[in-house]
Amino acid sequence: MASEEESYRLSNLKTLEAESIGIIREVAAEFENPVMLYSVGKDSSVMAHLAIKAFYPKKVPFPLLHVDTGYKFPEMYEFRDYYTKENNLYLKVHRNEEALRKGINPLFVGTVKCCAELKTKALLDALNEGGYDAAFGGARRDEEKSRAKERIFSFRDKHGQWNPKDQKPELWNLFNSKIDPGESIRVFPLSNWTELDIWTYIYHENIETVPLYFANKRKVIEKNGRLIPVYTDEHEEEAKEVMCRFRTLGCHYCTGAVRSEADTMPKIIEEMMVARHSERITRVIDHDQDSSMEQKKREGYF
Amino acid sequence: MKGSESLIEQNQNIDLLRFATAGSVDDGKSTLIGRLLYDSKSIFEDQLNSIKNYSKAHRDQDIDYSLVTDGLKSEREQGITIDVAYRFYSTPKRRFIIADTPGHEQYTRNMATGASNASLALILIDARNGVMTQTRRHTFISSLLGIRHFVVAVNKMDLVDYSEEVFDSIVNEYNTFTDKLSAESIYFIPLSALKGDNVIERSDNMPWYQGSTLLDYLENVNVSGGRNLIDFRFPVQYVNWSGNDFRGYCGTISSGVIRKGEKVRVLPSGKTSEISRIVTYEGDLDYAFAPMAVTLCLKDDIDISRSDVIARAHNLPAIVGSMEANLVWMDAEPMEIGKDYLIKHTTNTIKGQFTEVVYMFDPEDIHRKPADFLKLNDIGKVSIELKTPIFADIYSENKSTGSFIIIDPHTNQTAAAGMISKYKQVSPDKACESVKARVIRYPGDKKAEAQANYDRLSMQGTHCIYVDDDVLFEGLCKGVPVDSEKYSNTIENLCNIVTRSGVSVVLCSECFNDRS
Repeated sequence: MASEEESYRLSNLKTLEAESIGIIREVAAEFENPVMLYSVGKDSSVMAHLAIKAFYPKKVPFPLLHVDTGYKFPEMYEFRDYYTKENNLYLKVHRNEEALRKGINPLFVGTVKCCAELKTKALLDALNEGGYDAAFGGARRDEEKSRAKERIFSFRDKHGQWNPKDQKPELWNLFNSKIDPGESIRVFPLSNWTELDIWTYIYHENIETVPLYFANKRKVIEKNGRLIPVYTDEHEEEAKEVMCRFRTLGCHYCTGAVRSEADTMPKIIEEMMVARHSERITRVIDHDQDSSMEQKKREGYF
Repeated sequence: MKGSESLIEQNQNIDLLRFATAGSVDDGKSTLIGRLLYDSKSIFEDQLNSIKNYSKAHRDQDIDYSLVTDGLKSEREQGITIDVAYRFYSTPKRRFIIADTPGHEQYTRNMATGASNASLALILIDARNGVMTQTRRHTFISSLLGIRHFVVAVNKMDLVDYSEEVFDSIVNEYNTFTDKLSAESIYFIPLSALKGDNVIERSDNMPWYQGSTLLDYLENVNVSGGRNLIDFRFPVQYVNWSGNDFRGYCGTISSGVIRKGEKVRVLPSGKTSEISRIVTYEGDLDYAFAPMAVTLCLKDDIDISRSDVIARAHNLPAIVGSMEANLVWMDAEPMEIGKDYLIKHTTNTIKGQFTEVVYMFDPEDIHRKPADFLKLNDIGKVSIELKTPIFADIYSENKSTGSFIIIDPHTNQTAAAGMISKYKQVSPDKACESVKARVIRYPGDKKAEAQANYDRLSMQGTHCIYVDDDVLFEGLCKGVPVDSEKYSNTIENLCNIVTRSGVSVVLCSECFNDRS
């Protein structure tokens, strides 16, 4: 009997995978017009991969939406177009063109305003225009303290706002998807995954990710202890070549690299196992004010 | 890289314990979790630094461990936990997901949220205060939700001079209370979260305590079992269909095991078939088990939709028309008897009404007392009348087919969590009646009438197709004379195939003009 019980055991990753696939299918079944937010990072790659699995052999029945700030790494754009085409995914891109025309960038208006315009507003406008009633996001509870409080089905009011004090209780795997017109649900199928789970899964499943995650010699400048990559000849004299990689990817102005020799998947995972800093330490925007992630989420950022 | 590969493999195979914290407000839950994470080196340095800075600036202390989990601004301002925080940590022996839940009575529903997926409850008791109402309420809710393992951390022992007598009297009081519950194991640990006694390190202050430290206990407690591998239940979640080439039923196996080639029955139609394929992205499987998310294909082409249940022909869930259930009421709006509520059960959402409150529980002592309705945070047993039957089991036998949530249709709020304790079956015929497919015949000259009826049926949600001679002449009966035997046989065959798959046919043809 013990051996039979043993043969019906799922590994940790397979259990997480089954839970996430269940969530993705539930949304496809219960909502009229879902969309999957695709930010081109490692979590997005995993989430898209799970969606492909959930509906195999059929195509993923909803579009992927990239809310593009215009300041992502060039490698990310290249990867985005390649990955979605390769996997037969329907990609939509939305940018806050008006803000970009006005020249809004973090150096000019500061990170708080820049995020509000290019991320939060762009996201809310895109969701509004698309008439989406559910939007998948790749956020994980282990990333940040306010994300640790997030439900898997997270209710947003007509203005896309989150009220952390009044979240719907969420029991077992019974998700409440009832909403009124104009309201929406943000869905986080990777809630229970950790950064280490994500990399181990990417390794096991052979999922493709942006090459920036792997260590390489890159031209950077050092700013407040962060290694900010250089793409123009602006900072030619300060710039130096450093063996580094990115643990998380955002806009190139606001995302620092970490010194690392991890140029293969097993090396990355090994590095992860002994990491002493959170992955988001390199994200300038998380540290621009107290409770900044919570504040952004309240306003509609995912 | 061989070394790291085996490390990765090893890391995958260590098991996972999901546990929920519970207890009264201010008994130090967040501090204990913070301490557990801190001492097991699971807090990243940058996060720790920001906690230390905040502690110095706002709390006048070196480090306030509760800041590790109380992540919301309003929580830090008020020094209380409002919502569940999910925390992850691992030791070489085990991985943990902690649902750190609020103690405040106002947020009891969030405690239930955290406990519903946990297999162990960590109950905190302040040694100075002993067993409180919230301790009892949370223990009781955990027990109702099916948690069978409890570890009771008697905290703040430093404030009662590490007294063995205080500890013993709390153990006795708690044991008297839990005698009425069906706990499999209860383990008591005297500790101080603030000072770190018996959390990770054994305490020199309590030589009289010979048991495990908290971390030791959590790493080694055996919580296996409770998984139902006998009764195969597959609530259909999503029908994956693309033209004629593929028709699969996606879902998560609620319980049990299924093998390719096994005979199954589908509820509510009652039709039987055989599993022809178990499809996954990695390729077809020979067998699958709970909680795998798979896609099943059947040998016969029958009409199956979301909310239908696939089970073994001789091991079916009950077809439930009315039931009794334990309920935790979570909405600020009190329950209304006789009002239509939505009930979400597996992948099915139906309407139902509360007919009575059988009794409610007094959280002080779990005594039953009469009540007319339940209000926020009340726990009781109720009777529910369902407008459409569901396919269910008793919660204690099958967690996923025995649980449901109540949704208020006016506010869309999740109003309650329910656990089925008793049911009344309806006959399978009655459950199937609504979906029994039939052929509705109209002689050729009643085309308008036939089309009107088809429209009406479709509007009502009946699965049906419309067929008349024009349709037949273009397809199946091209070139076949209406009055020939071949023509009428073709029609009979067509009707048989279509109705067998659960779809009704509105048929308008000249061929049975004379006979009808």
